[in-house]
Amino acid sequence: VAQGRTGFVLRLPARVALPVLLAGCSPKTSWLAGAGTGALETERMMWIMLSGAVLIWAAVMALAFWAARTNPEDPRKTEALARDLVRWGGLVFPIAVVTTLLIWALFMMRGAADARADMVVAVEGEQWWWRVTYDPGTEAETVTANEIRLPVGQSVRFLLTSDDVIHSFWVPALGGKTDMIPGRETSLLLHPVREGAWTGICAEYCGGAHAQMRLEVIVEPAEDFAAWRAGLAEPVAAADHPGLDLFLTHGCGACHTLRGTPANGQVGPELTHLAARTTLGAGILPMEREVLADWITHTHDLKPGVLMPAYPDLPPQALDTLVDFLMALE
Amino acid sequence: MTREVDELDPPPPYDPELDRAQRERLAAAWKTPTGWRYFSAVNNSVVGLWYLIGSFAFFAFGGLMALLMRTQLAVPENDFLSMELYNQVFTMHGTVMMFLFAVPIFEAVAIMVLPEILGARDLPFPRLSTFGFMCFVIGGVFVCGSLLFGVGPDGGWFMYPPLSSSEAQTGLGTDIWLLGLSFIEVASIAAAIELIVGVLKSRPPGMRLNLMPLYCWYVLVVGGMILFAFPPLIAGDLLLEMERAFHWPFFDPDKGGDPLLWQHLFWIFGHPEVYIIFLPSIAIIATIVPTFARVPMIGHSWIVLSAVGVAFLSFGLWVHHMFATGLPGISLAFFSAASEAVAIPTGVQIFCFIGTILVGRLRMSVPMLFAAGALAIFVFGGLTGVMVALVPFDLQAHDTYFVVAHLHYTLIGGALFPVFAGVWYWYPFATDKALSERLGKWAFWLMFTGFNVAFLPMHWTGIQGMPRRVWTYSEADGWTALNMISTIGAFTLAAGFVVLVYDVVRPKKNQPYVKRNVWDAGTLEWSEEVPGMPWGIRSIPYIGTRYPLWEQKGLLEEIDRGEWLLPDAEEGKREMIVTDLLDGRPLFVQRVPGPTFKTVIAAALLGAVFIFATYHWWTATIAAAVLTVAAIIWWLWTGTAHPPEKPTKYVGRGMHLPLYASGTASVGWWAMFITMVGDMTAFFGLVFAYFFFWTIYPEWPPAGLGLPHAGWLAAGLVLLLAACAAMAAAVRLNRKSRIGAARLALAASAGLAVPGTLGFVWACWGEGLNPTEHAFTATIWVLVLWLGLHMLVALLMPLYCIARSLCGYLTPEYDADLRNSALYWNFMAATALIVFLLLAVLPHLLGGPMP
Repeated sequence: VAQGRTGFVLRLPARVALPVLLAGCSPKTSWLAGAGTGALETERMMWIMLSGAVLIWAAVMALAFWAARTNPEDPRKTEALARDLVRWGGLVFPIAVVTTLLIWALFMMRGAADARADMVVAVEGEQWWWRVTYDPGTEAETVTANEIRLPVGQSVRFLLTSDDVIHSFWVPALGGKTDMIPGRETSLLLHPVREGAWTGICAEYCGGAHAQMRLEVIVEPAEDFAAWRAGLAEPVAAADHPGLDLFLTHGCGACHTLRGTPANGQVGPELTHLAARTTLGAGILPMEREVLADWITHTHDLKPGVLMPAYPDLPPQALDTLVDFLMALE
Repeated sequence: MTREVDELDPPPPYDPELDRAQRERLAAAWKTPTGWRYFSAVNNSVVGLWYLIGSFAFFAFGGLMALLMRTQLAVPENDFLSMELYNQVFTMHGTVMMFLFAVPIFEAVAIMVLPEILGARDLPFPRLSTFGFMCFVIGGVFVCGSLLFGVGPDGGWFMYPPLSSSEAQTGLGTDIWLLGLSFIEVASIAAAIELIVGVLKSRPPGMRLNLMPLYCWYVLVVGGMILFAFPPLIAGDLLLEMERAFHWPFFDPDKGGDPLLWQHLFWIFGHPEVYIIFLPSIAIIATIVPTFARVPMIGHSWIVLSAVGVAFLSFGLWVHHMFATGLPGISLAFFSAASEAVAIPTGVQIFCFIGTILVGRLRMSVPMLFAAGALAIFVFGGLTGVMVALVPFDLQAHDTYFVVAHLHYTLIGGALFPVFAGVWYWYPFATDKALSERLGKWAFWLMFTGFNVAFLPMHWTGIQGMPRRVWTYSEADGWTALNMISTIGAFTLAAGFVVLVYDVVRPKKNQPYVKRNVWDAGTLEWSEEVPGMPWGIRSIPYIGTRYPLWEQKGLLEEIDRGEWLLPDAEEGKREMIVTDLLDGRPLFVQRVPGPTFKTVIAAALLGAVFIFATYHWWTATIAAAVLTVAAIIWWLWTGTAHPPEKPTKYVGRGMHLPLYASGTASVGWWAMFITMVGDMTAFFGLVFAYFFFWTIYPEWPPAGLGLPHAGWLAAGLVLLLAACAAMAAAVRLNRKSRIGAARLALAASAGLAVPGTLGFVWACWGEGLNPTEHAFTATIWVLVLWLGLHMLVALLMPLYCIARSLCGYLTPEYDADLRNSALYWNFMAATALIVFLLLAVLPHLLGGPMP
């Protein structure tokens, strides 16, 4: 794509400045990760405008400093000069700059509006996690949660809804955000161009655990995505595991769904392929055995406000079996 | 053209004995009460001081909230604040800074200096100022105090439903926020009315609009903005509280409501609010710059036009807070363009300041230092504002720390630093003592450095993806170093503020008085003698220039010798001259009331109404409301529109002025008019809700809900219009001395108001419309409720006038009460007509499925 080339030139200052500014910085949440066309366009826009802003700021400061230092010799001449300053600096210059910027932005918006999507994913904001549906409204409709995988190079239309409060769906590395508003369906087009694991963030304050409402977005080659997508439709892998009984007797199934088992709760995240995900607790923790055990027993220490009840009194043996089972849900 | 001032008699020869006697009488009339009665004071310089102290106390509280947040965010996964507490703290920070500091500080400074800049001895409604101040303090303490009991509001200062509309989501804190702030908004509007009338009617003789100092222009513009911006929020608050308390589903999508309605109402308030904060501070800069440049401001009229331009534009760009809500591209483009356009008038103002500095010979001092710092910070904030106003950029930046950085650059640069400049500049005016130049420089450099260290990195934090309103983040996010730097900066900024506060409050008993007009300024407030006198200005001069102390030679001495108008208080009353709002012609002498506790009691009772309503103690609420009305009637009865003992008064220089006015000449008529403009704006907020729902429903009116009975509505309208006509007839009959007939007309008006209102209520009730069933029926009921509440006041007015007439306070010559009541009734007729059209006519005109 053409953006790649100009993007590189304009991102030069970033490449020079970044190592200095951001030693040890993770790019997973950065607008500058350059993983989507939207983010690349905004990044280019940002560098141009930010440089312009710094230049204009310096010029205005220099002008003010000079004005403060100068004592007029011929007051009439100076006053004429001052009036010219107001006319050109205060009126004509801002008009020219903002008009140019506005036309540019309008063309960008137009381009975004005309773009077509290769695939559709529905995302519903929940307190405080994400319900993700692939191929919504079709035969192949499959529900998952808190992790989205996308094939690189294909554009995706996200259909965004919410049933509780307002959330906002934002994957900074890919592009801009759009709110999820109860009673409405909004949409957002993203076009990932760089493979990697990126972080999605809820950008609208949605109460209690808003800060810990994250999402993992993995952009991968088309064939990997296809394989993963086929696996996603499969029912639970370990239906004969003794942990399933524990899962059901402790009432987990009232909130969580495990496709192919009696657990069909709709309140909490779908868990059919839990262990295949890379994160836990809506994008905030690594998917590891010990963390998962901790999550079940000390849920509220890890994510204050979370609606899932903790199970601190689960006997160690039972916890072990349950975690075994969950970790087998590949 | 002969000027009025040339037709005045020459001043009498100076008589030291008379001067002394006049000064004594003035001092007696304007004496500030002492002891515990100090709190009954109403004069602008006392109330202004209270307002300043109150605003800065809330500022310190809001700043403390900021430091708590910065401490929590200094390191990742911090447990200094819990999630619950952090959510309350950030909500309170925004709320306190916006509602309890930024707007009140404008009112504080304006109440303090505006009359003196205008050469007036007070504002036209001193008791209204006290009332507003007391409302502000009671409401503010109530809202802030909630945090101490762990029930602080936690829905964000923007209070978006459904988070804020569901009692399951947010608890008592939201009710405290909604009702406490509605109460504070009453105070803001009261002050706005006071200041608008002050600028329009209490200018010195001869001060035509074109001679008015820039500060006053800004006050006028901002007062007008408050009048149009706050009422939509009050309407929004009403809808939200009705949903919380009574389940009227305005924002519930399951019952036809829409959460976005709140966002529109909130930001129709919220964006003008930003300029309501910004313009008064620019006004301070516009006052300071000419003084220190020692030349008049260049481009005076350009600045006035720019201020008016910003005010207009500010009402047309609220949607730029909603770019991410998925609105259609065409509206995004429109609001993006309007947002960009603000850069133009702002640029003009800034370049006028720079141009003035260029023309003049600049003298540096601490106020100028703060002004320069303000410029450096604000210009950068303005430039990032140009960035975030572009939709594609905003979709990334929105709700990130980039926006946190941007808004603090504009508000701290555009509002806070100028306020500090103003505090420094006017401190000698208010106290006759100077602040320390050395401490001032320390305060400035600590604050300037601290500010930039705190907020410059935040742009980058936002670019790195940190969203707003998060109480924690993880090490892996990579935001640690940036946050630590910001925290260090925040504490440095706070240290600078502490230095400034210390300098202001340190005892200065042994410090000498400053010299008179310490900055050699050109505006009238510096004509005050040192040490200052409670009456403000010794005699009220004719003004023929923009900078009278520079351009009218010998003016100071003439004022001091009492050669100008109203140099005496023969009757021991507080008096001021009211002038024509266009050309500054003296119209009459207004007697303003002195110290009283009545306003304090009225404010406390009104506070009780709001506080009881928060806890849903409805009986107590209604009882407090009745007592509030009684207290206000008591205040009005004893304090306003008393027929004077003589029709005119000699004010000096051969001029006699009336002691009473009614109708458009009077200040009361204008206050009523302006109040009702604000009131109608709130009403239009409700009308907006009606049309908003019309645009989102596929079928209008929604099927199966029923409609109000058109016949009953028509009957109600006819009765209310007749009641309004009866009021108008009462005015005419009274003027023709047909007092009995006038009283009869007043009684008829009251008698028609009751069945007229009931007609509207029954039209809905009789048809079984249930406000909890659907947003449409809730909207219909809220319009009727609005009309009904206003009719309660409307009913009291003719009864009040009958009582005044019977007691001899209302006569054919002295009819201000009656004319103001008739004016109110005109607005009621308009309200009733609009409600009728919305309920009885439009459902049929707009009916059927949407095209």
